[in-house]
Amino acid sequence: MSAALLYALAGVALFVIGVAALILQAHLLRKILAFNVMGSGVFLVLVGFGQRSGVPDPVPQAMVLTGIVVALAATALALALARRLLDLNGEMRLPEEEIVRDRLDV
Amino acid sequence: MKTLLVASVFVLAGVLGLALGWSMLDLPATAVKLPVEVKAQLAVSGVAHPVTAVLLNFRGYDTLLEIAVLLLALLAILALPQATSSVERCPASANRMNPMLQTVARLLVPLMVLVAGYVLWAGAYRPGGAFQAGAVLAGAGVLLHLAGLLPPWTSPGRALRVGLAFGLLVFIAVAAAVMLQGTLLQYPPAWAGALILLIEAGLTVSLALVLAGLYLALTDTSVQQ
Repeated sequence: MSAALLYALAGVALFVIGVAALILQAHLLRKILAFNVMGSGVFLVLVGFGQRSGVPDPVPQAMVLTGIVVALAATALALALARRLLDLNGEMRLPEEEIVRDRLDV
Repeated sequence: MKTLLVASVFVLAGVLGLALGWSMLDLPATAVKLPVEVKAQLAVSGVAHPVTAVLLNFRGYDTLLEIAVLLLALLAILALPQATSSVERCPASANRMNPMLQTVARLLVPLMVLVAGYVLWAGAYRPGGAFQAGAVLAGAGVLLHLAGLLPPWTSPGRALRVGLAFGLLVFIAVAAAVMLQGTLLQYPPAWAGALILLIEAGLTVSLALVLAGLYLALTDTSVQQ
């Protein structure tokens, strides 16, 4: 197994962990963190798999650099929206979460 | 019921992971050798570092849209109504006006500005560039704010707003100017280095302000008085 493939598979693992956490965690801060873990997995796949031919590929590296900044902007916006939700509802979870939990308790 | 949901999510995540991992193993080699292409065109890109060449020349529209996305995110955050709840969220106010922190911040910030300038300049031939420089400057802004030396930006004034949009405007102006030749963001090789440095300088200013603004605009003002 080459190093590039190892990076890519580690990225896949991170992405899957992020997806599971995004579904399972109700707290919005954890959802935002899970979203960031997913993004890190994608970046790892892009950069790691970009060097599978033996030489580092600058194109995925530049795309990841762009992606990091966009993910940062998305995270900041998500945090602002989550805080607004906290102001309005007094709790850091989506209104739908309550319904799901109620239904599951039945 | 809850455990069933958790178990099914775990199973689905496992299936997703296996499918993605299998597709990684199964992926054929790329038809186009991008590193070779980049290396071949590096001489006409105006910079000597391949990542900077890709970011600001070969795929310049990525960077153009990226700074637009950043600006949009900050505008959306500023457009949100200010906090009205009484929920106490900012326990850090005890740190403010701490003379130790303020002295360290005053010592560090000039160094950070120096580092940002170097990183911006070094981006032409080694790892670095506008984003890294902007991030260092934004870090300086956040440090100043945490030390209580920089007030939060609840409503940016005219100069700040111009600074926030400056990088995008410079980028669009350059893109429009070189479009007279026919293609979007295709710099003439003789001018490429200077144009990239111009765009990067504008981007650094705006990125630093936007990134710092993402933090400073979100700071709660109600606790600080």
